[in-house]
Amino acid sequence: MQTIISPLLVSHRLSLAPPVPRLLNNYHHRARPSIRLSSHRSTNSLRLFSSAIVAAAASRDSEMATEDVQDPRIAKIASSIRVIPDFPKPGIMFQDITTLLLDTEAFKDTIALFVERYKDKDISVVAGVEARGFIFGPPIALAIGAKFVPMRKPKKLPGKVISEEYSLEYGTDKIEMHVGAVEPGERAIIIDDLIATGGTLAAAIRLLERVGVKIVECACVIELPELKGKDKLGETPLFVLVSSA
Amino acid sequence: MSGNKEEEDPRINGIKTKIRVVPDFPKKGIMFQDITTVLLDPKAFKDTIDLFVERYRDKNISVVAGIEARGFIFGPPIALAIGAKFVPLRKPKKLPGETIFEEYELEYGNDRLEMHIGAVEAGDRALVVDDLIATGGTLCAAINLLERVGEEVVECACVIELPELKGRQRLKGKPLCMLVEYR
Repeated sequence: MQTIISPLLVSHRLSLAPPVPRLLNNYHHRARPSIRLSSHRSTNSLRLFSSAIVAAAASRDSEMATEDVQDPRIAKIASSIRVIPDFPKPGIMFQDITTLLLDTEAFKDTIALFVERYKDKDISVVAGVEARGFIFGPPIALAIGAKFVPMRKPKKLPGKVISEEYSLEYGTDKIEMHVGAVEPGERAIIIDDLIATGGTLAAAIRLLERVGVKIVECACVIELPELKGKDKLGETPLFVLVSSA
Repeated sequence: MSGNKEEEDPRINGIKTKIRVVPDFPKKGIMFQDITTVLLDPKAFKDTIDLFVERYRDKNISVVAGIEARGFIFGPPIALAIGAKFVPLRKPKKLPGETIFEEYELEYGNDRLEMHIGAVEAGDRALVVDDLIATGGTLCAAINLLERVGEEVVECACVIELPELKGRQRLKGKPLCMLVEYR
């Protein structure tokens, strides 16, 4: 069933972009610049907190909804992410985490924030989505003593695999996992650098659920909330550090 | 220091036994060294990282470059533990922004490895990490990329070496550290 998140934990759950101008990230339409104003913060924080809070079964403590505490590490992490316009195609503002990886403190803090959240949750599986999920997943897995399970594009994994198809803007793609990597009843988190439309993460969830694994949460560094990827995750909660809207 | 197997360390055998060999992948005749089974064993995975960290932590390494995609699994934990930047070296068109590339040979045809411009500063001391060295072509391309921007490549680090393919000789004189040989 759903993990109940305590209010203490929610106070760490920071999902606000820093109050500096950030370009609107909009994958499918023409990008337009947008400034995040501090007057919008509390509304956004309500929306983002509620998106990160466990849906359905969790009792929503009213204190949690109004809390607006930002972990001091988040601002540095957010500012270390580089936005590249028109990549991979015109109109897309690409969120580049490679600059975060060049900032040793920001990278360390990113991992620490996830580790602090998951270390006492009996997670035995950290699944990472190729390829940038391979950068964030293993350090988390190592720190919490979990297995790392790579979820890969087709034909990369040797031996027996199971696969799950998902939709792209045009056409479909597949994500694969090794047969026998995980066991029924294991508790997992799924990691990727970013959630956009949620298609890949939703496929990863389906893949793990098919073999009887409980997905405790999906965790990403960045969310593009306008693309409503969270809605594709069904009952699985989403935790993000930075929201780019 | 010429590249050496970490000798006698009792953790090595534990890692070696976790590597799964898959015959005829990606094609007939190839015995594929699958490290995903090491990643499923938290102790074996941790030992793998620890062995590299112990070797590099006092060597003033400021950059760990990892080769897509399995180098992304081993490189970042090493980088984090030794306080170095992590630089992903990627297949073409994956990195946004300005990049430089280096071509290298495959059995049939060529491929390219790319790196961001400005990721590293001239004079950084760098480590190149991948899960395995076979012919050494990709690692050689990685060394070239880093040297072109003024890095000093200190060593290449791989979990597995296929010594019969003599990749070690393709590393422009750079030493190789590996944990497990497969003959």
